Parts: sequence; C-alpha cells; structure tokens
Amino acid sequence: MDHVVIIGNGISGITAARHIRKLSQKKITVVSSESKHFFSRTALMYVYMGHMKFEHTKPYENWFWKKNRIDLKYGFVTSINTSHKLINLENDDALSYDQLIIATGSLPNRFGWPGENLKGVQGLYSKQDLESLEIYAPGPDVCRRAVIVGGGLIGIELAEMLHSRKIPVTLLVRESGFWNNVLPDANSQLIDQHIRAHGIDLRLNSELEAIKSDASGRVNAVIVKGTDEEISCQFVGLAAGVSPNLSCLKSSNIETDRGVLVNRFLETNIKDVYAIGDCAQQREAIGARKSIEAVWYTGRMMGETVAQTICGRRMKYKPSHWFNSAKFFEIEYQTYGWVFSKPKDNHNHFHWQHQEKPIAITIEYHKDSLEFKGINTFGIRMRHDIFDSWLTQKRRVDEVIRDLAKANFDPEFFKAYEPMIQLEFQKQLQINAPL
Amino acid sequence: MSLKIDHSFSLSNPDAHQLSWQQKVAVVFGISGLFLLLLAAFNVEFPNKVLSLTIALGLICTGVIWYAYEAYKNELEGIKNNGVWFNNLINRGILGYGLGVLITAFYIVLYFYPEYLGFGKNGEPNTGLVALFDPLSRLLSGNNASQWFVYGVLYTLAILLFGYKFLKKYRHSKYQRLRTFSVMFFQLGFAFLIPEFMARLNSESFSLPYYDLKNIWPLNYYNFEQYRVNEFISAGTIGLALLIFGVASIFIITPILTYKYGKRWYCSWVCGCGGLAETIGDPFRHLSDKRLYAWKIERWVVHSVLVFVVLMTTAVIHSYLGDDGSRYWLTKSTFLMLVVGFLTFVFGWTMLFRRQELGKDAKLGAIGYFVIILSLVGLHVFYDSPLFLFNAEALRSTYGFLIGAIFSGVIGTGFYPIFGNRIWCRMGCPMAAVLGFQQRMLSKFRITTNGGQCISCGNCSVYCEMGIDVRAYAQKGENIVRSSCVGCGICSAVCPRGVLKLENKSTEGRINSRDILLGNDVDLMKLVNKS
Repeated sequence: MDHVVIIGNGISGITAARHIRKLSQKKITVVSSESKHFFSRTALMYVYMGHMKFEHTKPYENWFWKKNRIDLKYGFVTSINTSHKLINLENDDALSYDQLIIATGSLPNRFGWPGENLKGVQGLYSKQDLESLEIYAPGPDVCRRAVIVGGGLIGIELAEMLHSRKIPVTLLVRESGFWNNVLPDANSQLIDQHIRAHGIDLRLNSELEAIKSDASGRVNAVIVKGTDEEISCQFVGLAAGVSPNLSCLKSSNIETDRGVLVNRFLETNIKDVYAIGDCAQQREAIGARKSIEAVWYTGRMMGETVAQTICGRRMKYKPSHWFNSAKFFEIEYQTYGWVFSKPKDNHNHFHWQHQEKPIAITIEYHKDSLEFKGINTFGIRMRHDIFDSWLTQKRRVDEVIRDLAKANFDPEFFKAYEPMIQLEFQKQLQINAPL
Repeated sequence: MSLKIDHSFSLSNPDAHQLSWQQKVAVVFGISGLFLLLLAAFNVEFPNKVLSLTIALGLICTGVIWYAYEAYKNELEGIKNNGVWFNNLINRGILGYGLGVLITAFYIVLYFYPEYLGFGKNGEPNTGLVALFDPLSRLLSGNNASQWFVYGVLYTLAILLFGYKFLKKYRHSKYQRLRTFSVMFFQLGFAFLIPEFMARLNSESFSLPYYDLKNIWPLNYYNFEQYRVNEFISAGTIGLALLIFGVASIFIITPILTYKYGKRWYCSWVCGCGGLAETIGDPFRHLSDKRLYAWKIERWVVHSVLVFVVLMTTAVIHSYLGDDGSRYWLTKSTFLMLVVGFLTFVFGWTMLFRRQELGKDAKLGAIGYFVIILSLVGLHVFYDSPLFLFNAEALRSTYGFLIGAIFSGVIGTGFYPIFGNRIWCRMGCPMAAVLGFQQRMLSKFRITTNGGQCISCGNCSVYCEMGIDVRAYAQKGENIVRSSCVGCGICSAVCPRGVLKLENKSTEGRINSRDILLGNDVDLMKLVNKS
C-alpha cells in the first residue's frame, strides 16, 4: 500500500488528502507544525475580531480525520531526502513516502527593512501570527498605534482587525491607491474612501524606511521614506505580499526558483514529488495567471487535480476562468475573468459607480470585438456559474450588460442596480444593449 | 460587560468593547423599569397603577431603544459581530448563566405558580404585578389581567423593542428589515391586539375562544380541544369559519406556502416563537451546537414530539366525538379512519417517491413510528384497549406539561443563553417538524451556493441559529436543503464572499452534491461530478 505524505495542512494539502482518500486506499499522512487540525487561514481575522473562536475555523470536526484514515502528524520538516524517499522531522523523527506532496504555503515578505525582525513586527498568515498579535496588539492600552505596511488584501484585513479593537491604525501604501497594481484607479479610490471613512490613517505613495525600537527590542516607531517622518507605534504589520515557504527544501535536489518549480502536472523535477498551492511555481505561467498563485481557490484546485494524478489518472492543472473575492471592511468584492489595473492593449474599461453608496462595477472588454473579458464588482454579488459560462461563450459586453440581472446574486428584496448600469453603459458607449 | 474569566474562551482580549456613557444610562433606565415590575411582583402597593405601569414600561422602552440607537449610531452599515465571543453575557459566561437562571425561574413561576405574580385564583382580585396590568387589560379587552396578559405584553414589547435593535443592526439588508417588520407586525397585531379585541366582542350569548390566528396546530396543540371546538361551533358562522381556518391552516395553506417559499414564511416571518428568537434572542444565535452529533439528536427528538402531538390530538378529538353517525357525520371511527388514512398516505408517498432522500435513521424512524401507531390503533379497534393505551386526558396533560410548558417555555426561552435562541424551534417544535418535512421533500426553497467562491471561513455555520453546519455544504459547492433551516438569511448576510443566497427556484437540480467545485478544469468536473 502506497504511502502519500503531504507537507502542509492548509487548503491545498487537505484538499489533496481528501480526494486521494476518495479515489484510493493509500495510506495518507499530513504533516504540519502550525496546527494539529486543518483550519481556514482566511478566518484568522475573525478570531481576533471576536466573530468566532479558533475552533470554529476548522471546517471538519476532529473525528473526521480518523474516520477517513488521514493521519495527522504534528511536526516540523527539516529536510527532504529524495534519493531515499524520506522526510526528516525535528527531534530525529523521519517518515518514508512513496509519493510526496509539498504544500507548505507562504511566508510574509520582508524586504530587508532595518528593524524588520523586532518584537511587535509581524505579518498575518499563520496561527502563530495570530497568537503573537494577541501579545503585541491586544488592545489600545498595549498598542496605542499600529502601522501596517502594504496596501493589499492582508494589509486591509489587518487594518480592519486592529480597528475592531479600537487601535488607531496607519496604513502605508506604496502605490497611489489601495491595491492599485491590481484594481483600476476608480476601484482603488472607492476603497480608499471607505478605508478613510473608518478613520484609518491611510498614507498613499508612502513607503517604509526603517523600524525603530525601544531598549527592550520592541518596536516603538517607524520612519517613512522620503519625508523621514517618524510615526510612533507599538506594532508593525508587514503586509507587502507573501512568498513561497521553501524552508524544508534547502538542502534537497528539488528544483526551486521563487517557488517549487512544477510542470503542468504539478510534478517537480524529482519523480513522485509534487508541489501545490502557494508554494508551487509553474515553469510557464498559465494564460494571464501569475506563475505563483497564492490564492485559496487555486490551492484547492491544485489539490483536486494532483489527487487525480497520484491516483493513476495523470492530469494537467487546467484551471477554468479566473475568479476571486475579498471583503474590504464592509465592501464585498468579486471578480470574474480579467480586469487589469490599466486596460490591456485594445481593451477598454466600462465603469459604473453609485452616486452615494460604495457600489460599483468595472468591466474590461475588447474595444473592437466588444468581447467581454472580465468584471470587478463592489457591493453587488454576482453568480459565479453565469459569468463562467459567459466567459466560455465569449459573450459581448453589450450582451452581458443586457443580461446582468440574470447574474445578480444579491439577497432577495435588495435594490437592483442593473437599470442604472444599463443607462450608464448606453451613455458611455453609445451602444444600445441588444434586445 | 466582561469578566476576566473570559480569557479562557478565546485567544483574544475581552476588554475591547466598552459601553458609552449614553448606553450606561440607557441600561440604568431599562433595569429600573424591570425593577419597578419586580417591586410590584413583591406586592409593593403603587399609589397610581396607570401612572406606575406607564413609568415602568416607559423606562424599559426608552432604555432598550436608546441603547440600540447608541450602539449603531456611529457605525457604517454592515455586519456587526465584533467582540461577540468576548462578551460574557452572550458567551456562556457568569452573566449568561445568571440570565438563564432568571428567565427559567420566571417561566416556572409563570406556568406553575402564577399566584406569586399576583394572579387572583378562583376569581379573587389580582394583586401585585398582575394587578398593575389590570388597567391596560381593561382598556384592551374589557377584562382584568391574567398572568398570560402580563406575559403577552412583555413578550410583545420584547419583540418590538429588540426588533428595533435588530433593524438597526441589519439596516443594510432589506431582507432582514422586511422579515423583522413582519414578525413585529404579526406579534403586535395577530398575537396580541386582535385576540384582545375579539374578547371585547364576547357577550353572554356570543363567545369566541382566545385565538391567535397565526398560531397553527400542532404548535397551537390545544386548538382542537373540546372546549374550544364547542365555542367555535356555538359562535355561529364566524366561529365555524375560524374552525375551518384552523384546519385549513395546517392541511392546505401551510403546504402551499412552504412549497413556494420554504418554511421561512412561517418560522422567521410570522411565528411568535420565531419572532422572539429573531429579536431578543438574536444575540445568542451563535451558541447553537453545530456538531453532527447534535443534528442526530435533533432529528429524533423533534420528530418524536411531532408523533406525540399527533397521538395526543387524535386521542383528545376521538374522546369527545360521538358514535352515532346519524347525528353527526364525524364519528369516533370515521375520525380514526381519516387519521390512519392520512398517515398512510404521507408514509406511502414518502417511501415511494422520496425514499432516496431519507437517511438510514430517518427510514428507521419513519417505519418504526408508523408501525407503532398502526399497532396502537389496531389494539384499540380489535381488543378495545384505550386509544394509544392512555386515556386522552392523561396524554393531553402530559403533553401540555412536558412540551407545552417545560420544553417550549422553560427550556425553550430560559435556555437562550446556554443553547442559543432556537433550541425549542430546533429540538422541540412539532410545527417546525411538519414544515421541515415539507421543506425537505417538496419545496422550491434552497440556499444556493455560489460556485467555487467559498473560503470555508465558517461565519455561516457560527451564526446559524439552527445549528446547521452551513459551511459543510458551501465548501462542497452544494446547495443547502435542510429540514431545520428557518430561512433567517443570516448565513447569507455574514458571508464575506457573497457565497449564499436564499431563493425559491425550480425543484430541478435543487440538491446538487458534487466533488469538484466550479472554477477548475471543466473536463475534470465532468469526469468526477456525477449529476
């Protein structure tokens, strides 16, 4: 009986384990040094905010693993010996494998800032990060101000979290608008306004120069680049992106670049060793996707796919249309297909925004063929399956606008904004939506 | 609000949320109002009853409304669950248990020792708390108050005042607003005012039973008891219409509405128990048990209560019907045949057409209970034993005590701070069992899961008052079709990724279990998902 060992119990590794169990009788062991059981990383923020307890972040009850014969091993992998098919753990423990899946996830980026390893300086990725946050920023008495570096998804989550504990927050964003390398300007500005409406001190075009500490080695201020302004703070959140966690691969002969290099079958250069999720790097990027995709959904899809390959049905990782979602304080964001911060060549953006409320959509389309390329929605929920099929059918943008109400996924009785959107569309493009 | 004990509940600091001075004053107002009522209960004589009651209720109203207004005044629209798990009162802390004990004690006194509230037994004048409510009762119905009138006023106030708080909390969601207006309306109008006004119509020659029209059998388990049926029949056309309405409610109106909208049309839009749970009970919704184990217990308990109420009601009606078909068409034996025929029809239809949707325990339970009921009827018909072995009065009083008083009142509400706000609806309500059966087997209602967008965060499961592990379905890309779902819509509201939507759509593809979620390779999806 084959032994499949999976390093990492995040969404990628656990999805792979579950599907391998469905497809086979192989022995499965999942190794993690982060937590005994799988939990939803995306829910850590809600634990800090008091919306849920840590145990609620576990998507499966504790008996699930034994019942499905998925062995959980709590331990830290120090090295991988591919010639003997062994992984070595701390405390001289070792596990032999027949197939190995590396699903080690990410680590928060640190760009060599002076003081980046001080006490009270951290990212928000792991359960340990959450515990450390409780030590350094439990409330406004211990942490009179927090500074967050990075205007992306984790940065705004950290801001929301600290704000919920009434800790004043300064958010340093390198770009000219929040997440402006991904979102079009109008979308960024909408979020900027919303962040400020919550009383967050949002600093655009601002970068970190250095972090300073008190005598005990604990952060007490940051210096802003250019202006040399010193902001007094007791906590610094590093949220300038994440990079693959390759710590257990250092001495192995598994080929890496920024991540673990894999082909389309998620196979590394070593036979029977696979990599999935945040830590995997495609040798060639797929379509408009990045070669490293650190997203919950892509991790899950890689897990679904690699399980097929390991169970004898060799399959390419062939994700369908891009989709993603997030929540910026109260504003829900969804995206289907591709909307770039600046329209690609021969593409245009159609943008509609409500006059008072933080509700907006932006659509990218080909300016000649009018082919619909993607949509960003803010404050309106849309149906994934409808947009997925419209993208497959290569629908035209005017058809999408015409049928927009069919894709609406807002709760019943919510106000419908489609008529306003259609009117704006006709005004901007001088196209009457086809009947 | 927090005691240091809370450190054990969470990784987090419990002291993050503090009350503003306005909220503190509001709390003082509310507690003072309650204290005045308590003084009345201890027989303190107030000089002017009208003025005293007005002041007491006024203080309570002002306190709650002011508190709620202040709580959300400076907040942007959106989900307001910050610090829920740090709050001692709503997190099974000392304050929570204390509150549970207080409410439980109140219910025990209300049901079993109303004289402690000042209710004058055997026609004696009321004293204490009940007497304080006499003027208001006389204003509405023309009669003096009873302990039930006092309870009705407080219950209605709870729904109205905390309904206001709920409206503030969920002001961004029109679904939540409409639903809350609805329960407030039905409580104030149907449960409280209309029956009081109906009592005003009563005279020597004309009398209607106290009838909350939306309170449907089997929740209203006493609706077809002899004294009520007699009153209905003797009240002429109106009475007969009401009686027919009572029967039609459960056999015609309920199945149609549940088919179209799911059981939510009743449980979270109309029902009084639901109304209380959704308003004053809302802060306790996260306490419901989500474990698979709890679901297993729930299925057995709630359906057993339903069997109990069917047996009890059958026995009671059977006991007062006559034997002589020439005097009235509905005789004991005709009635028994109707009941057996109906149960056989429901059982047969389910087993023929919905067999594949029943779990192993559900099949076992259905067959077991069906066989038991038929054997009991057989014992009665062929061996002349009392119907269902016990006499009707014994069944009636046992049901009234165990289910009507202890389960729905003492445990159902008293244990809000321990088991959550829907413990009665989930474990005990026979009406919920009927509606749930219809919803699961024959309805257009479902909670749709939005493709592959779920991130398994668990907000939906935590805030499901019925203890449904919503996430277990959502993360599989599967729609949620569950008997117990009351359609409150909070899972959809708290979802940070726009994954859940309550809707009534074609029954085709309503249950859609799948292994690979939308977003992945279409060929892989086709290969793996059998549909």
